[in-house]
Amino acid sequence: MLSLNRVSKSYRVGIFGGKELVAVRDVSFDVNEGEVVSLIGESGSGKTTIGRMILKLIDISRGSITCDGTDVAGIHGGAVKSYYRQVQGVFQDPFSSYNPIFKADRVFTMIRGEFFPHMSRSEWSDKVEGALRAVSLEPDQVLNKFPHQLSGGQLQRLLVARALLLDLKILIADEIISMLDASTRIDVLNMLAELKGRGMGILFITHDLSLGNYISEKTVILRRGSVVEMGATDKVFGNPTHPYTKILIASVPQLHKKWAEVEAEIQARGGSDSGTCLYHKAYPPKAQVVGVVDDTPTMVEVEKDHFVGCFDLGEGTCRLA
Amino acid sequence: MSLQVSDLKVYYRTLAGDVKALDGATFSIDDKEIMGLAGESGCGKSTLGNSLIRLDGRMKYVAGSVTLDGKELPIWDSDGMNEFRFRDVSVIPQYAMSAMNPTRKIGKMIGELLESRGHKYREIRPELLRRVDLVGLGRDVLSRYPIELSGGMKQRMVMVISTLLDPSLLIADEITSALDVSTQRAVAETLVSFRDHGFVKSMIVITHDVSILYQTADTMLIMYAGKLAEKAPTKTIIEDPRHPYTKMLISSLPEVGVRYADKKLAGIPGAPPSLLNPPTGCRFRARCPLAFDKCVEEPPFVQIARDHWAACWKATGSDA
Repeated sequence: MLSLNRVSKSYRVGIFGGKELVAVRDVSFDVNEGEVVSLIGESGSGKTTIGRMILKLIDISRGSITCDGTDVAGIHGGAVKSYYRQVQGVFQDPFSSYNPIFKADRVFTMIRGEFFPHMSRSEWSDKVEGALRAVSLEPDQVLNKFPHQLSGGQLQRLLVARALLLDLKILIADEIISMLDASTRIDVLNMLAELKGRGMGILFITHDLSLGNYISEKTVILRRGSVVEMGATDKVFGNPTHPYTKILIASVPQLHKKWAEVEAEIQARGGSDSGTCLYHKAYPPKAQVVGVVDDTPTMVEVEKDHFVGCFDLGEGTCRLA
Repeated sequence: MSLQVSDLKVYYRTLAGDVKALDGATFSIDDKEIMGLAGESGCGKSTLGNSLIRLDGRMKYVAGSVTLDGKELPIWDSDGMNEFRFRDVSVIPQYAMSAMNPTRKIGKMIGELLESRGHKYREIRPELLRRVDLVGLGRDVLSRYPIELSGGMKQRMVMVISTLLDPSLLIADEITSALDVSTQRAVAETLVSFRDHGFVKSMIVITHDVSILYQTADTMLIMYAGKLAEKAPTKTIIEDPRHPYTKMLISSLPEVGVRYADKKLAGIPGAPPSLLNPPTGCRFRARCPLAFDKCVEEPPFVQIARDHWAACWKATGSDA
């Protein structure tokens, strides 16, 4: 449904914009109906930038994003509104997403004014009620309240309900639970999983591997703007291939296993050819020709639904490149 | 026993009345013990940590005593505490990123700090360099400004500074929550190594991330709505918790390996009570699936097994 094809974003930095800073480099993946894709990366890996490009909040430098076959970058004027009917985002901080002067349900009224000006009052309140039920909120507990009277989890779910009022197909959830408490976190996660069951495609952006592992079908691991490993969640977590993924998984604090045990497990599974870059083994580096677009794939398929990129971690660790 | 806290009550003064953020805490920490302190936001864990080192203007000492190595800490007296701060009790603040003076080079700032405590920078410098090496920072950090360091480097530098005078008690307040997973691990492991090297005698690690505590802490103390809920060795808290709140908290945590499709986790319904007028009896009563008639009385925080305390009528075995 939503498809990213070699998307890049670069910024001009330095005096007179003399330098180019690449925030996202050649990222390709799809988000399909009824699927949660988790986009995992550390700070500065470009995960939020990707979300913002999909939401048309910033321009794409190279590559293309298509939604149901339409190029997102080419949507202008009135068509933008119908794009936003299908694709919506919810962001990290629920407390700053609301105007504290107005009641929290004003976000619904704004949607009505913008998208459904001719809907009757009773029809509209049925619709709001339905959306609230979908995110497991009781209407009388949250309507007519100010943001400070509601908890972070309730506010965050209200924002999702707001998005549900539209004919939503894709939800960009950018770190929506990192500011919530452990006890309410799981409720929001379960709600996302239910929405997925109703056919919505969700891009779940997070830095927390255990959350991504819990709800997603597909995992994309980003490092410094590039995808290093992606594929079916059980394959990426069950058989991490890229050295960076291994480091990440070994560093996640777990509840029943100490760090040292996890590390020993991953090393034991390592096999003989660990350390050899599987990507450059499949696609040997070739000389860059000026004027010719390099169309070599950026990832190599190591097993079904499991792709890895070059093993280079910055200090020339890829011996083949 | 390195630290003993008995019936400590610290309230916040607000226009609407006193917010009872810490309402009677009694526990002790042994020498060489790293105690993790966990709970939802607003349960009073930072209040407990802060009250052991510095009460800010809004905080009001109400009752209780704190004894460190046999000496009573005058926590109600901000000037009187000065003698103990940094030397006996030290803190790694939540926002280490902004804990250092941005206008001084780090070495110069440490020098000024030590001189304000009556120590000579020159005498302590060799030990400082040794510890800078130990946490994996280059010695040249001392001639750099804080802005030149990354988040993880700053966090480790602040850890070195906080423990430079070998305090007896170190309070680490949410020091890993703003860091990336790989840095988080390095910082947490450094914390444990400080205890192993004897730089600090005992530690309170405050965090909402229970899995970090499983990796680092020896014992865990769970707080709920200003009260202590349960204290036990880490393994016991994770594998055999007795307080229903602890049970629900632990079982709501997603872990690597747990998938929605295989095992649906459940959160804790409801929200913590307001601490302005907290409910009588057990404060977890409204959200507790096991609540029964007796819960209108407040359960005492009592020992239910060796090294295991809990405040729940069901856990004490009175009728369970």
